[in-house]
Amino acid sequence: MISTTITMDQFMLSIYQTIQMVSISLIIGSVLGIPLGILVVVTRPGGIIENKWVYGLLNPIINIVRSVPFIILLVAIIPLTKLIVQTSIGTSAAIVPLTIYIAPYIGRLVENSLLEVNPGIMEAAEAMGATPYQVIRYFLLPEAFGSLILSLTTATIGLIGATAMAGAVGAGGVGDMAIVYGYQRFDTFVIIATVVVLVVFVQVIQSLGNVLARKVRRG
Amino acid sequence: MIELRDITKIYNKKGAAVTALRNVDLQVEKGDIYGVIGYSGAGKSTLVRLINYLEEPTEGQVLIEGVDLASYSVSELRAKKKQIGMIFQHFNLLESKTVFDNVALPLVLLKEKKQVIEKRVYELLAFVGLEDKAKQYPNELSGGQKQRVGIARALASNPTILLCDEATSALDPQTTDSILKLLKKINEEYNITVVIITHEMEVVKQICDKVAVMEKGEIIEQGAVIEVFGNPKHPTTETFVRTVIKNEVPDSLKQAIQKDGNSKLLKLDFLNQSSSEPLISKLIQRFHVKVNILFANTTDIQGAMLVTLIVQLEGEGAKAKEVIQFLEGNDVAVQEVVYP
Repeated sequence: MISTTITMDQFMLSIYQTIQMVSISLIIGSVLGIPLGILVVVTRPGGIIENKWVYGLLNPIINIVRSVPFIILLVAIIPLTKLIVQTSIGTSAAIVPLTIYIAPYIGRLVENSLLEVNPGIMEAAEAMGATPYQVIRYFLLPEAFGSLILSLTTATIGLIGATAMAGAVGAGGVGDMAIVYGYQRFDTFVIIATVVVLVVFVQVIQSLGNVLARKVRRG
Repeated sequence: MIELRDITKIYNKKGAAVTALRNVDLQVEKGDIYGVIGYSGAGKSTLVRLINYLEEPTEGQVLIEGVDLASYSVSELRAKKKQIGMIFQHFNLLESKTVFDNVALPLVLLKEKKQVIEKRVYELLAFVGLEDKAKQYPNELSGGQKQRVGIARALASNPTILLCDEATSALDPQTTDSILKLLKKINEEYNITVVIITHEMEVVKQICDKVAVMEKGEIIEQGAVIEVFGNPKHPTTETFVRTVIKNEVPDSLKQAIQKDGNSKLLKLDFLNQSSSEPLISKLIQRFHVKVNILFANTTDIQGAMLVTLIVQLEGEGAKAKEVIQFLEGNDVAVQEVVYP
């Protein structure tokens, strides 16, 4: 018989919390990060609406946020978190730093995906007299769609890793459970169970991303 | 129709100024098929991109139907670009969209109604011979088919000018042939002015009316194709012409040519259709000379014949002079050739 200090309900709750944190911060992060990535691409030198001020502002911001380790970001922005969600502990308190962490990451990934688009396509768009909005809408995004899905897949997996640290503000989730019950209370079963859950999560998300990307690439 | 006036284009590459075009003047009349030929780096790609303002000139003006493109606002310029179609060496089709959607794109940008788009796209696909490929993706097509899609897309917005940037350079000779025929058909049926950038003289020979030869950012020679082919002036032009029209006696024959004091080697270029007359036969009858034909080449340039003969003429010096006069009087360019 397995001996462990946690109940099935606790375990299911932690899985639920992880899914909740990942999905909410992924959605908000994408809403911020995708336009950010697009903006960086179109305003970069040689871009379709080249603008050194916008580019010169956004590019360093992405770099600065991306260079702060998540565990530090988590505590560094507690005042901001408090302001937004009225609390500095629990699941919803983790969503703010997770979003701030993932948005620039998504921005950078989106930028890379868009830069992969064949420059010839952009030239064709320009030759057709497309407006900047039309270039983005009808040329850039459709051509990069498969690659964008893979970028979001990578971002999601990055988020799962980050949620494990969100336990530091009492956010819960499987990562938190592994530390509190598995590590601090020497419950090997919890450690193994969490690792299995995380591996399954990552596998499922990556496979889903690959399938979707292949599907849109074939049209 | 299209006029480039004293264009100079300078790029700034990491602080160093690179002159891509220097004092270029070019005039393309409505309905022309105008070829621009040159080696890579000659500036021809830059030149064609000036016509639809993908590149702006550093100096000089680009006039389309008499209006300087620099005088347009950004949105007016976008509208103008819709009247200028462009096809590319690597086709530049959207891999994520079907053939239908690719061709429909310019119409979508014009915010046309769905039914209008559908009708027009099928019309265009029928014109380029790809009705059955509408639902396929570019990566399922051959190079020639991709270029046909590119052409259909370029024609979608009913342009008056079609720019072709090395449009056949990635294709095999047969496919090139069929694409060129299609371009000719477009020119004839829709009266679209076509500008073709290429490094293949064969392309110019097959469909162009006029040609400009470029080297190091300058146009070194331009004019009607038949004239440039018949009488190339610049060495680079000569090199290009020789890729399609041979006028050299094979080496083995050169060695066999017997040298004697009484014979002359003459290169005869027949211009202006005079090749339909039995000139050589007349010449022999009139001057009683022996003519030994060493080399002959006939090139068909869109119906006009360009004939080159290299003959060995046996007869005394005075007679030879008369013969040359007679030939020149009949629109034949005569040139004495000497083999060491």
